[in-house]
Formats: sequence, structure tokens, C-alpha cells
Amino acid sequence: MELDDAEVKKIAHLARLGIDPADIPEYVRNLTDILSFVEQLNKVDTAGVPPLAHPLDASQRLRADVVTETDQRAEFQSGAPLVEDGLYLVPKVIE
Amino acid sequence: MEWEPVIGLEIHAQLATSSKIFSGASTAFGAQPNTQACAVDLGLPGVLPVLNREVIRMAASFGLATGSTVSKRSVFARKNYFYPDLPKGYQISQYELPVVQDGELTIELEDGTSKRIGITRAHLEEDAGKSLHEDFHGMTGIDLNRAGTPLLEIVSEPDMRSAKEAVAYMKMIHSLVRYLEISDGNMQEGSFRCDANVSVRPVGRESFGTRAEIKNINSFRFVEQAINYEIERQILLLESGGAVIQETRLFDPDRHETRSMRSKEEANDYRYFPDPDLLPVVLDQEFIDGVAAALPELPAARRQRFVDQYGLSDYDAGVLTASREFAEFFEATAREAGGNGKLAANWVMGEFTAALNKGGIDIADSPVSSGDLGRMLLRIDDGTISGKIAKQVFEAMWNGEGDADRIIEEKGLKQITDPAAIEAVIREVLENSPKQLEQYRGGQEKVFGYFVGQVMKATKGKANPGEVNALLKKMLGS
Repeated sequence: MELDDAEVKKIAHLARLGIDPADIPEYVRNLTDILSFVEQLNKVDTAGVPPLAHPLDASQRLRADVVTETDQRAEFQSGAPLVEDGLYLVPKVIE
Repeated sequence: MEWEPVIGLEIHAQLATSSKIFSGASTAFGAQPNTQACAVDLGLPGVLPVLNREVIRMAASFGLATGSTVSKRSVFARKNYFYPDLPKGYQISQYELPVVQDGELTIELEDGTSKRIGITRAHLEEDAGKSLHEDFHGMTGIDLNRAGTPLLEIVSEPDMRSAKEAVAYMKMIHSLVRYLEISDGNMQEGSFRCDANVSVRPVGRESFGTRAEIKNINSFRFVEQAINYEIERQILLLESGGAVIQETRLFDPDRHETRSMRSKEEANDYRYFPDPDLLPVVLDQEFIDGVAAALPELPAARRQRFVDQYGLSDYDAGVLTASREFAEFFEATAREAGGNGKLAANWVMGEFTAALNKGGIDIADSPVSSGDLGRMLLRIDDGTISGKIAKQVFEAMWNGEGDADRIIEEKGLKQITDPAAIEAVIREVLENSPKQLEQYRGGQEKVFGYFVGQVMKATKGKANPGEVNALLKKMLGS
């Protein structure tokens, strides 16, 4: 599978990564290589094989519906860049 | 051209658990910001989600109540997008293998007909936090208390053909989740909200038109207004030669209109994939059977029982079973009133509902309990008070003046049934109304009503009306 510049830009945008336009050709090459490597899997006949949801052959453990956490806001917020009235502050985003 | 609307709803019901879907943080509403957001909810590095068993039980009970398939194996997936109130950069949801699939519900319409609405699926997911865009020096404040709260997203088939049908379906789901006690359904607090997919097509055409999705509507009234506005907008657009574009729209309740939020071109590419932090959820038949055995009586079954057991009309039974609280209040009242369901139904749907509406209060906060009301109905039943006087008693109970017996005693409201006492009053009325008596004797039978009125007035409404009529007839005849 051959990627192009536009697809690399789109992937970067979806991942919210800023990339230098000068680096785009290299990303195109590297990502295309990775995809080509993985693409070999397409040669395997998977008809009748159920999709794998998880590599471990186990099922999810469940916990009881009990509140076990206490308020640790002060500690969590000590590492935040900006906090006010108990809220985390971030640059304004309105769609 | 004649147009037909096609509507499907996605309803988000917040599940009434104590703790979050993947963490042990509390889900209680109204706490100080971020005091109920733990390391898992914040998406701090190195944490692992662990699924809440209760959430699975609740989803399964919804599935069983709607005749759906409860999946013996379901999978959680990551829905990837960036927004500040979603700390991990993805929402844990279900995509390919949801816990509930392929059910249905029957809605009752105003004209008395009913209609089957298909339920495509119901899946579990975590809620996001809240963004507060108010004044924070041009910044946005984030409260993550709601992050990780369990949601059941219920997706209908595009089976509805009018805003009224959509509202009937939404009300039905609302009633059902409350019957099942899996959600408090509180719309003000956002525990129950919906997205509506709306399109229109020429009547008779099989294929669907392009749809718009109206996001986050949080009241029945707004759902109706938003859908009707959207149907109008699309028809006008198509008839003037335009085309509907697939987009997300927001409903503005102040302006009664929807407006574009984002179009498909800019829409998120969610890149769902199975969440490697969570293993597939496997349910055995024993678990599902246990949930089925614990299901409460559902609205449709209860409605039928009310008809059979209390001799109510189907309509009345429908009104009384619309909400679980209302149904239970009615039954408790009827029980207290010695099983007189018809009398209890009349009062619960009449005076009681009117008083609730007038005061704008919830049934849970009613100053008159089902026991209070039931005991008052006993006094109507045994002839102590008339139905008319009972309204006075009810009002006094509502105003906190005590129980029915005390009010009847203190206010002297006991019905007069003694024929001799009533006869004495009638005699006095006739003596004081020579003119009317003459008119009556002259053939004006309408005056009879005047005499009844005077007797009731003289006894302050306490005379037994049946007795008054009978005696009056007898005395006027002689």
C-alpha cells in the first residue's frame, strides 16, 4: 500500500502531531514500508477464522460496584499546568 | 410533493451504579469539580480499567426486557478523538460486538394504535467530562467527575415516521429504564439524553434520503420541536432544489431551530479498534438466566394486570403505568383503600395529579402519601364523607392539616345521612322558598335543582346527595 503526502498529513492531524513539511517524504517512505511489511498478512487465508479481539485467551474479570477511590484532587492537580476553582484549565475549544 | 420523515434515535442512559464503569470512583451527582476523578478516569500512565459487574447486569436486563439478544461474548473498543474533556484521547465504547443486539419495543400512539420499533443494539461506554466555557480568562475549565460514568447507548432502527412517534418511543425507553432501575432517567442532570437522525423522502420511495444528526437533546419537548423543525428545514431545502448534506446539527431551544455543527467532510475518523486493556466479556447462560429471573414486572404486563385486577380501562391503566413511581403509588393507594382500584385510580389521576402539577412537584415529594390518600378513600367508600367533601379533606391533607379522619372530625365534615335531620332541613328550605315552590307546583320541574342546591348549601355540602334527592322527591310529591 502506497501512502501519499495528503494521507500522511491527515494521519498527523488525527494524532494531533505537528510535523515539519520537509520531513513528509521520509514519513511517506517509512510508513509505506511498515504497511507493506504488515500487508504480507493479507496472503493468509482467514476464511472461517473468527476475528481476534485480544491475543490472550482469557475473559474479562469483573469488579463489584463499590466506591474504593478517595478524593486525591490536590495531588493530581499539583502536576497540572493551570488550575482554578478545582477545574483544570485548557486553551479554549468550542466547535 | 408529499414527504415522509424517517427518524432513528440514539438514546444515552446513564446507568445508576455507585462507582464508575472502569474505576472505583463515585458517580454521585453534584460533587465539587474533579473530586471524583481518580487516576483511571484521568487516564494517567500505567493505569488499567477494570469492568464494573453491575454495568453488565444492567445492560443485560435492558436486553432481556426488550426481547434482544444478550451477547455471550462482547468486546470493548477504543473510539479515538481529541477533546479536552476526554483525557485519554479515546473513549472506551463497544463497536463490533455490543452487549445487546436486535430487540424491539411497542409504542402506543395518541390515536390508540400501536407500532413496533426495532432496537438495533445497545452498547456500553464511558461518559466524557464536562467543559465549562464560562469566564476563565478566555480559557476552558474541565471537570472530569463525569468522565468514566457508565452509559448505555440504545440505538433504534430508523422506524419512526413522525416527531410524535419519536417522543412516544423515547418516553417508552425512559419509562423502561426506570422500571428496571438501571437509570434514574434524570434529564436535567443529563442522565438521559438523545441524538436524533432525521431524513425525509418522497412518499412511496423505498431508499432513505440523506440524514442529519441532531445532537444532545435533553427533553421530550425539545425532541419533538427539534425533529419537527428539522423535517420542515429539509423539505423546504429539497423543494427549492437544494440538497440535504450529511452533518451534525445542534438544537437551539431558545430559537426553536437546529444549526450546523460540523459536516461529514470534517467529521472525526474514530479509528475504532479493540481495547487491548480489556479482555472480551464472556457471559454464561446461568448469569443471563439469573438476570431474567430478577426482572421486575414490566410496564406492558403491569398495564394488563391493572385492567384485569382492578377493572380499569386500558387507557387509565396506561396512564397509571407510564412511570413506575406512579404505578406504585396507585397500587399502594388502592391497597390502603381496601382494594377499590377504580376509586383509587380516579383520585390518583384526578385530584392528586392536579395537585402535583399545580405545585410543580415530584411524586416522591408529595405531602400526601399513598396511605393518607387510601385512608381518605375508605371514608368515601363507607359513606362517612361524600366525594365532593373529600376534595376539601384532600386539600386540607395537602396543606399539612393532618390525616383524613382528624380533618373530618375537626372540621365537622361528616356526611349527614340521618333522614330525619335531612327532612328537617328540606322542610325549612321549602318554607323559605314559597315562590320557587309555586313555580315547581306550576310544572317548572327545573326548580328541583334549586331545592337540592339550597339543602346542600344549608348543610355546607354535608348532606348525602342520594338521600336528599330521594326525600325531596317524596316531600314535593306529597
